[in-house]
Amino acid sequence: MFNEMTMDDQVREPYRALVDWMEANGPEVLEQKRLEAETLFRKIGITFAVYGEGGDPERLIPFDLIPRIFTSSEWRKLDRGVKQRARALNTFLYDVYHNAEIIKAGIIPADLVFKNDAFEPAVIGIDPPRKVYSHIVGVDIVRTGPEDFYVLEDNCRTPSGVSYMLENREIMMRMFPELFKNLRIEPVESYPDMLLKTLKSIAPPKCDRDPNIVVLTPGAMNSAYYEHSFLADQMGVELVEGQDLFVSEDRVYMRTTRGPARVDVIYRRIDDAYIDPLCFRPDSVLGVPGLMNVYRSGGVAICSAPGAGVADDKAVYTYVPDMIRFYLGQEPILNNVPTWKCGKSDDLKYVLEHLGELVVKEVHGSGGYGMLVGPASTKAEQAAYAERIKADPGDFIAQPTLALSACPTFVESGIAPRHVDFRPFCLVGDDIRLTPGGLTRVALREGSLVVNSSQGGGVKDTWIMSD
Amino acid sequence: MLSRTADNLFWLSRYVERAENMARLMEMGYRMALMPAVGDGNRSEWESVLSASGCMAGYDPDAPLRQEEVANYLIFNRDNPSSIINCFEYARANARAMRTAITAEMWEALNNALMELRRPSMHNLAKNELPEFIDWVKKQGALFRGATDSTILRNDGYDFIRLGTFIERADNTARLLDVKYYVLLPETSMVGDGVDNYQWTTVLRAASSLRAFHWVYRDDYSPHRIAHFLILNPFSPRSLAHCAEQITQHLERLARHYGQRHPVHGQAVEMYSLLTQSEMDEIFSTGLHEFLNDFQARNGALSNAIADAYYFGGQ
Repeated sequence: MFNEMTMDDQVREPYRALVDWMEANGPEVLEQKRLEAETLFRKIGITFAVYGEGGDPERLIPFDLIPRIFTSSEWRKLDRGVKQRARALNTFLYDVYHNAEIIKAGIIPADLVFKNDAFEPAVIGIDPPRKVYSHIVGVDIVRTGPEDFYVLEDNCRTPSGVSYMLENREIMMRMFPELFKNLRIEPVESYPDMLLKTLKSIAPPKCDRDPNIVVLTPGAMNSAYYEHSFLADQMGVELVEGQDLFVSEDRVYMRTTRGPARVDVIYRRIDDAYIDPLCFRPDSVLGVPGLMNVYRSGGVAICSAPGAGVADDKAVYTYVPDMIRFYLGQEPILNNVPTWKCGKSDDLKYVLEHLGELVVKEVHGSGGYGMLVGPASTKAEQAAYAERIKADPGDFIAQPTLALSACPTFVESGIAPRHVDFRPFCLVGDDIRLTPGGLTRVALREGSLVVNSSQGGGVKDTWIMSD
Repeated sequence: MLSRTADNLFWLSRYVERAENMARLMEMGYRMALMPAVGDGNRSEWESVLSASGCMAGYDPDAPLRQEEVANYLIFNRDNPSSIINCFEYARANARAMRTAITAEMWEALNNALMELRRPSMHNLAKNELPEFIDWVKKQGALFRGATDSTILRNDGYDFIRLGTFIERADNTARLLDVKYYVLLPETSMVGDGVDNYQWTTVLRAASSLRAFHWVYRDDYSPHRIAHFLILNPFSPRSLAHCAEQITQHLERLARHYGQRHPVHGQAVEMYSLLTQSEMDEIFSTGLHEFLNDFQARNGALSNAIADAYYFGGQ
């Protein structure tokens, strides 16, 4: 297992200053800082609800004080790799809703795309501004060795967690001002400005002014509500719910105390199925009736564009390296994790025979729900899961259990290595922008590989060292 | 500003004010109950607190009308939409739904109040030391208004917050006065005697106006003056006249800010004029209870007219 901080009993170079600081100050100071940080988080009220557990809907997400650090050369590779992926995924989305060249070329099976639940026939032939569908691409990356990075999955709809990236940094700068003074750590604070710039750049064709931008949230009961209000506040735009918006004469308006105000760009944090009850789920009360008509006629831009989800489907994921070669004529900079598709009979056979070694996921699942981690499961769980796979093989993929890298983390017994992953947030509009940083998630339970905050994961600040 | 945000701000401050006024009503019931019983009328203090709070309909008809049960219902009962704990729950839920429209100080004041109120120890305090609990509630209201006053921008949001405060306060002062009506003995011979005067001063005390009264009138308590102080005196911070004045001013500010007038502006001026042009003698001769009823109806209609004007964007 690769330890982010130490290699061959030596402290790795990017961590040296941090380790020196920790040794000079001792565990008591660190413990003191940890308590201070927790108090700060509670005061700010950064919370994360966990679906299906009941209890406090405003639970705190555990924050770990020890940062995860990348060298500038490591970051350069990630930066290029993530941007390359974001470009290919958006090209793919435009392609499948237009000429579908990649399918005609026989590179991706037609059924996988057109019969996919996330494929949205309602947007076929529509040109979103700048031909961009996924304006915020969250790419989940894991590491297994000094030079070995793998992409675990892409998030093309509305990846969450960027507020933690920003708040974690705020807290760290308050806790360790001397480290920030002496080290050259790339700042992340420009993210909200870059997001605003991206959203402005995708104003719809009919917009003839400085676009009016809103963040659309399902409401205060949503698990990521804190992030929705945080981003709206940081960008200085209104945070709206579906009930605040209405359609009139081919444009979208919000209800204000001065009367209706036109809306040009909607950064929505609700799923496709809910955004317009006239077009998608008729029972949705979260959306705006008639929104899709306005979208079609160029009266409003929606971020991410409806239909973007087909690019981050776990079965489509396996073809991303092929997309990069097909659309960009380049070799992928970041590798995929080798994946078995249970829809293929050879792969299915292999998966069923090796359940104890593999991680099996539902193709359409997210948030770490409904997956089987082979080495951590019992025989009975494996048998039950095998039945689920056999019932609908096309719904499952499997991957080897990677030896995820670990980063030293505060746990009850002191400081111990815990597995981490990494999610940078790539912005796509008039340009492709990537903040030097991201969200490092950590599996707090010993040996656990599941980093999702809904499954007992925590977060860390991520430092990119500048040259 | 989003209409929903304006609505949230308005109700947020109404709930905080309501929680405080529930406490004030209980304070009055508590003090009246300390008086020796004279006839049957005086024994129904807690019943009258319930009536005046508007919570009688939901109260278990078989439950005793004693301090412990009534106070518990008005403070902690989750099925009572006006219970103090629900007021703070709703206020905080409103605040959470528009965190960006209020300041961190306002949020902390609300959040801390609710967190403390949820603690089991508060049940004991309310049961054993009702006056202390009442002081605690009043303090939370003061903290929230103080945080609001010293931190929030003086824009339209501020106007909606203040409108909520004064609409609710006017309603509650009218209710406080009405408790006196309910408790008041049926025999007119009792009016004006020691018990009657004690009850009137209790109304003043619950409105935190005992000392202010002396500064203004420099004379004895008389029902006439006390009612004047809480209804028509524009200098009294909880009087109907002062509330109506504040409501009118904040509506005017909104009209200037937005460059738009609505029917609600005329209604507010009308309500204010009613209070500046009335005399206490008239009010007593037509009946205090009837006057207060009429005022509460006007005040409620004004609240609806604010919603019509601003929450639906004038559509």
